[in-house]
Amino acid sequence: MGGKTIIRGPISRLFLRWSQRCGPLMDDLSMNIHILKKDKLALAGLVMIIFFVFAAFLAPVLAPYPAQGLGESDLESRLEAPGRDHWFGTDRQGRDLFSRILYGLRISLIAAFGVTFTAILIGVPLGAIAGYYGGLVDEIIMRITDLFLSFPALLLAIIIVSVIGFGLQNAILALVISWWPWYTRLVRGITISLKERAFVEGARSLGISNTRILLKHIVPNCFGPVIIQATVDIGTVILATASLGFIGLGAQPPQPELGLMISEGRDYVLEQWWYATFPGLIIFLLVLSFNLVGDGLRDTFDPRMKR
Amino acid sequence: MLKYAARRIALMVLVLVGISVIVFFLSRVVPSEPASLYVGPLARPEQLEAAKIKLGLDQPLPVQYVRYMGDLVRGDWGVSLRTRRPVNEDILRFLPNSLELIVMSLSLSILVGVPLGALVAKKKDRFLDHFARLGSIAGVSVPSFWLALLFQILFVRTLGLLPVGGRISMSVGILSPIHEITGFMLVDAVITGNLSALQDLLRHSVMPVLTLAAYPIGMFTRMTRSTMLEVLGNDYIRTARSFGVKENRITFVYALKNAIGPTLTVIGLTFAYALLGAFFVEVIFSWPGIGVYAVNGILSMDYPAILGVCLVVAFFYILVNLVIDLLQSALDPRINVK
Repeated sequence: MGGKTIIRGPISRLFLRWSQRCGPLMDDLSMNIHILKKDKLALAGLVMIIFFVFAAFLAPVLAPYPAQGLGESDLESRLEAPGRDHWFGTDRQGRDLFSRILYGLRISLIAAFGVTFTAILIGVPLGAIAGYYGGLVDEIIMRITDLFLSFPALLLAIIIVSVIGFGLQNAILALVISWWPWYTRLVRGITISLKERAFVEGARSLGISNTRILLKHIVPNCFGPVIIQATVDIGTVILATASLGFIGLGAQPPQPELGLMISEGRDYVLEQWWYATFPGLIIFLLVLSFNLVGDGLRDTFDPRMKR
Repeated sequence: MLKYAARRIALMVLVLVGISVIVFFLSRVVPSEPASLYVGPLARPEQLEAAKIKLGLDQPLPVQYVRYMGDLVRGDWGVSLRTRRPVNEDILRFLPNSLELIVMSLSLSILVGVPLGALVAKKKDRFLDHFARLGSIAGVSVPSFWLALLFQILFVRTLGLLPVGGRISMSVGILSPIHEITGFMLVDAVITGNLSALQDLLRHSVMPVLTLAAYPIGMFTRMTRSTMLEVLGNDYIRTARSFGVKENRITFVYALKNAIGPTLTVIGLTFAYALLGAFFVEVIFSWPGIGVYAVNGILSMDYPAILGVCLVVAFFYILVNLVIDLLQSALDPRINVK
């Protein structure tokens, strides 16, 4: 399925050797990248993600008013409409919204990658252990997971934040706590089906230790679905972080968080339309780009959805 | 089937108890003292102690929990620290408004999303298909609270067509008050034939319903499309076609009926989204529902209210998923209930 790889030059050869080592993971990835090229919407999403990551990375360079991006106010130019000086207009404290949004991108992306990555680190091993060992271990892990899953993730995060206190860091922590069970359930399902496969049974009959089988044979084979899930989840976590910021539980002023900016702009929505519109547009495009890529990857992965 | 249902309901009670344990203990580890919230900042220490005893906060946590559950079962959900009214009365007053909003949005989404998904499955890989794909992914990506503000800019600022928010205009509420029968304002307005109130209620519903429907429409379109594609590839569809059955009948009767199963699951999942999405939509449109009540409760650390809302939301979430599972096995006997 992966298509023939044409070996040209030492770097490709190195890559090939490495990809053979990583086995199924790289097959999936290279196949997916191959198919992404044909899927124009997913490709557009990928380009947008790269663009946003660069914009966030270069925020201090790109922002016309870096100090305002971080919170310094300029009361002379309050609530100015978009124009040559301020592309996206200014907010109620005269801060340049374009600069604020660039810094906001950093918060959103760091929070989303951090939450998803940590959730994977917790959820994947638990799921693999539960699926591989079965029995009592499985029962205990999955009952706890079910309890978390019987509750909408964002609501759980809201409750946790309301207990441990408002703020960006606590919001991120709360999102991690409510997100890992999804990976546990996903990986457990894959592990159970892998466990019966010949290569795992073969490894077991050779006397390879359980830990080694889990690490070398089970977990790498779960990466495809996990990466797809993660792509979509990054978008969802961006939304969740912004939602928490919007209702006042996440980032606190003067942090340049996109959801918080919408909440500030809400009071001015009928007069200063740009205030809430631009931060929201950026959240929308950011989430959209991750969902487009995730959707494209899922289609390629799920044979039933083959287009 | 009955045995399965009974087992699922028992499991549901267990999960609810588990949730109540988690939320209860979480809410009591709050760093700020709930009793001091109750008596206010100027209270003397004796008053604080008295309030602690009155609220039962001087007891050990497990005792507090057992007491709380006992009261809960007897219909006493505690007193909100913010509104000073019994939590169950508050919830009963606000919940119908939220349910009306959710039911309206989900009905709209099903009416639009399912047929649209079936239609684009027929037009696979044509322009309409790509357009619908982009549209449905956009629908699940848009922050509802931002979409709500865009609608306000469009319908209120630019077109001046709709009211900014609220459930009913004050003048209408005074001139033609809704006679309360069920507590559901729309239903009551219809039953009592109160047309001017009904019209006003609907005008207030347009923006909240559209906002809350964006995500489900996207989900339903996507899901119906992919299951339809799967079903349309089946042998019995080919057979039906060879018998000369009309294409529309094949799509919307034969195929759609078999594609509806997975879509039902998504409807269940989406209900959970809608319960929570309503929080944000209600806050923006000042819709007097359980979401506004919950957000205010959270911001003021009103733990009896938070606990009550959580249990209600969890209850509906689990209940809907149960109903969906049962419906699914009723619709499709091939699904093995085990």
